[in-house]
This record gives sequence, structure tokens and C-alpha cells, in this order.
Amino acid sequence: MTDKGTSRSDSVNNQNVQQLNPAQWRSDFPILTKQIHDQPLIYLDNAATTQKPRQVLTAMDEVYEAKYANVHRGIHLLSEESTDLFEAARDTVCRFIGNVAREEVIFTRGTTEAINLVAGSWGDQNVSEGDEILLTEMEHHANIVPWQQLAARKGASIRWIPITDDGYLVLDDFSAMLSSKTKIVAVTAISNVLGTINPIERIIATAHAANVPVLVDAAQSVPHAQVDVRCWDADFVVFGGHKMLGPTGIGVLYAKRELLEAMPPFNGGGGMIRRVRKEGFEPADLPDKFEAGTPPFVEAVGLAAAIDYLENVGLDSIANHEQHLAARAIDALSSIEGVTVFGPPAPERAGIVSFQIEGVHAHDVAQILDRYGIAIRAGHHCAMPLHLRLNAPATSRASFYLYNTTEEVDALATAIEETQKVFRRK
Amino acid sequence: MSPNEEEIYQEHVLDHYEDPYHRGHVEQPTHHHEDDNPLCGDVIEIDLVIDSEGKISEAYFDGDGCCISQASASMLIEKMEGTHIDSVKNFSAEDMLKLFGPKLTPNRQKCCLLSWRVLQSAIYAPCDGDAQNKASLNESQTNREST
Repeated sequence: MTDKGTSRSDSVNNQNVQQLNPAQWRSDFPILTKQIHDQPLIYLDNAATTQKPRQVLTAMDEVYEAKYANVHRGIHLLSEESTDLFEAARDTVCRFIGNVAREEVIFTRGTTEAINLVAGSWGDQNVSEGDEILLTEMEHHANIVPWQQLAARKGASIRWIPITDDGYLVLDDFSAMLSSKTKIVAVTAISNVLGTINPIERIIATAHAANVPVLVDAAQSVPHAQVDVRCWDADFVVFGGHKMLGPTGIGVLYAKRELLEAMPPFNGGGGMIRRVRKEGFEPADLPDKFEAGTPPFVEAVGLAAAIDYLENVGLDSIANHEQHLAARAIDALSSIEGVTVFGPPAPERAGIVSFQIEGVHAHDVAQILDRYGIAIRAGHHCAMPLHLRLNAPATSRASFYLYNTTEEVDALATAIEETQKVFRRK
Repeated sequence: MSPNEEEIYQEHVLDHYEDPYHRGHVEQPTHHHEDDNPLCGDVIEIDLVIDSEGKISEAYFDGDGCCISQASASMLIEKMEGTHIDSVKNFSAEDMLKLFGPKLTPNRQKCCLLSWRVLQSAIYAPCDGDAQNKASLNESQTNREST
């Protein structure tokens, strides 16, 4: 599996992508055999979190059963074994996101904590009164609230890159929005509601031309397509484990080394120090400097197992498969009278399809679909400003992953028609 | 519907949803309150006319949201109009869930209890010009009206 890193960037050609057969992988996921209300589970809530293959669960069990002791602390054998596993997991992440240096990969408790780390540490150091932070209207609350908190602390303001009605970023005026006051641009790679795939390389190039660094929220992107943070030339990239077959409680902050070197530590505690005296402390080297306390190292091992699994399936095949499912869903749902689908047209989008049924609230949709064993998400999907922009208080969202099938998409469409019947009795 | 459905969307629920009791506004309410459930964006507002004896002589609701939130509001308004505010005070959350009928999971109970919560506040929320001596429990009322 070590040669994967070299072949990853040149295999994006769609022609060569191997067709993904979900049946081949479904048996690895114990939960997919579950019955919901006496019907087979159809799990279409993958943008919220994904199910776990046995390989991930086993990898974590093996640590707890045979190699578990605290990392970086002990001289004893178990501690060295768990430390080795933890650092091997870091190496896996480094390779996976584009052969970055181990000093550039910080383990966090999730995407949210990673953004809070950047807003807290880098933000406190670099943002002052009157400065501007640039976000987009399609951000998840995780990529809004930490910046609002920072802006409030510093007297800075937030400006918003608008979106079109069909869910694309409006970038015509982007250059003009960048000024000496702009301190950072924080943007999602893929919208968790609209499925829009944003032109990250272009956004970063434009921002860099104005000397503005960019944070990319890749929570919906890294799990579903090959990401090379160095091709992006991103300054900060954040993502979480549980949306990519891994466990909860683990996330990743990638940042360029020179940025991390200059940033002050975020959380203080054990593990992040070189030495502590009564007068003060001296921080540890990277990456430990940003990993205070006992890190979620078993979860890191689980994340590495998830990455191995995803690479074995093939990231290009996964992206292709999801695009196919999304196109089928959009096609089926748009042809149902009274159903509105949000976001860009297929195939220029990720496997996330949000929709509204005229006269039926999103929560009622989710409730009725549940009776068919179909798990979707209903509400504002942690993107309230986006829903205000869309003029939709709540939407229903189906989101796909490698284990979803075309039959499941068809079942979704059928269940939506049944849902309409409940409310059309007259 | 699947055969084993524990039926939430029963006839009487859908009846209240599609043909609600007193959806709208009172021209000159003595009491008014509005609140939402940020989780799902459901909104309910209630207008009341409470006479000098403490009887609710008129009650209307308006709002936006899921079937459960809107149907339960209709049921509640129908039940409480014409009663004394003491019966509102004595009407517990449990009573509300019972009035609604179908069994609800904890998340959906919040939908059902939204109108109940709004009504409980409304009886303590006199409109401007009718401040009288009724203690207003709800300081945020004026803020909300300005948004």
C-alpha cells in the first residue's frame, strides 16, 4: 500500500476509473444488515456521519486489546507500541493528503476543533480591529461561529461571498473583496447542503495574489475524492474522521509548516511542552505543540484504517460512484411534481442532494421516510445563513457514500411519492 | 405507508394540519407571544383576548413548520379558547402530548410542545397599551416584535 501515494494524482482521468460495485463492500459494514421498522436500513445520511467497516473497528479493538498504553509518556513496551501506532497513523494521513510533512499534520478532536484552533491561535495573533474575515454564504456553522467569536474578540468584521440561486459561489467580485484589511478566507471545498464543488485552486490563487491565506473546510471533500493539499496550495485544511468511515473524536488540521511554527499553542497541558517551570513554559516542537493532553490515539489508528480502506476501494471510484448516485437522485426527484432540488445540476456536484416537497415540512419527510427504513437528514444542516439565503427554513437531505446502491436511490424516490400521498388525501 | 407504521399522521392530525382551527390573527389582542424551535425552524405565534375575569374569549395562532407543530397548535387553541387562564396554567406538557394523541419520539415532542410553550408565555405577555398590572414574565417580547 506504500506506493499508493505516487500514483494518486495522475489517476484522476475518468476513463480509467474502475466502476465501484457497492455489493463488494457492503458486507464489511455490520450496521448495514440492520432492519429499521422491519425494513432493511437505507442509510442516506452520510454527510452527517458515515458507517464503519469492520476493518476500522478491528484496528481499534486490537489497540485496546493488545497494544494500549498512553503515548509519548512511557518507557515501557506497551507505551512504545501505542506511540508507534499513533505516529504511523500520522504518516498515513500525511501520505493520504498529498505527501505532506509530519510536522504539518495536527490531530484534533474533529473538524470543528481544528477550525477553532486556527481561529484561536492564528486568528488571535494575526487579526486586529478593523480587519476582515472572508467567508461564503454556504459555510457550515463550524466554519462561521469560530470566526464570529474571533471577530467579536478583536473588533474585526466578517464579509460574505454570495452564492447564486443554483448554489454556485459568485466569484466575480472576489478579487475586489480582498484588501489589506482581509486577513483570511475560510471556505468549504464542498457544500454540505448543496453538494457544490467549489473551485478551491482558483480561490486560493486569487487570495494568494492578494497575500491572503486560505483555510479550506474539507470535511465533505476528503472523504469522497482525492485531495492533494499541496496542489491546492492551501494554507490550512481541516477534516474529520467520522465522515470518512473513521471513528468520532478525531480530526485533522493540515497547515503549512511556517504558519504552524509562528503560531502560539492553542490548548495548554501535558504533551505540548518542552519544559515547564514555575515562571512559564516552553512549547514542544511540531506537531506536539498543538496536541495538548492525551491525544485520541486509538481514534487516530481507526482513522488510518479508514484511509487504508478508502484507498483500497479507490477514491476516484468513490467520487465517480457518488456522482452517479447523485445524478440518478436528482433526475428521479426533479421529475416528481412538487419536489424542488437545491444546488447545481448533475454531474458537477458531490453526492449530496437537498430537496423540499411542496406542502410537506422537512421533518415530516424524514419521519415518514424513516418508516421505510430510509435515514435522511432534515433541518438546516448546521447552515442557517445558507437556508435564509435559499429562503427555505428547512430542507431534507440525502447524501451518499460508497456502500449506497442505485436501488436505494430508487427506493428514496418511491418513498417520497408515498410521502406526498399522506398529505394529499383530498 | 409501511404496514407496521405507528401512525403519527392520523386522520385527525392531518385534519388539523390542513384545516386548522383559528389560524390567523385577532384584530386587537390583549396578549401575544411568538417563539420558534431553532432546531427545525418551526414558528408559532398566538394572539389572545383575555377578559377582566381572566377568561380567554378569543384565541388565534399563526406559524410555520412541520405537521406536528402546526396541528398541535390548532388542537391546543381549539381546546383552550373559552377557558380560564388557570386551566392553561394547569395544562401540563404531558396533557399536551396526550391531547395530540400519537406517540412521539423525544425530538418530535419538541415540535408538539412548541405551541404549548408559546401559550404558557402568552398568558403572561400583555400587548402594549394593556400592560395593566399583569406581571410580564417575558422580557424579550418587545425585542422579538422588532425583528
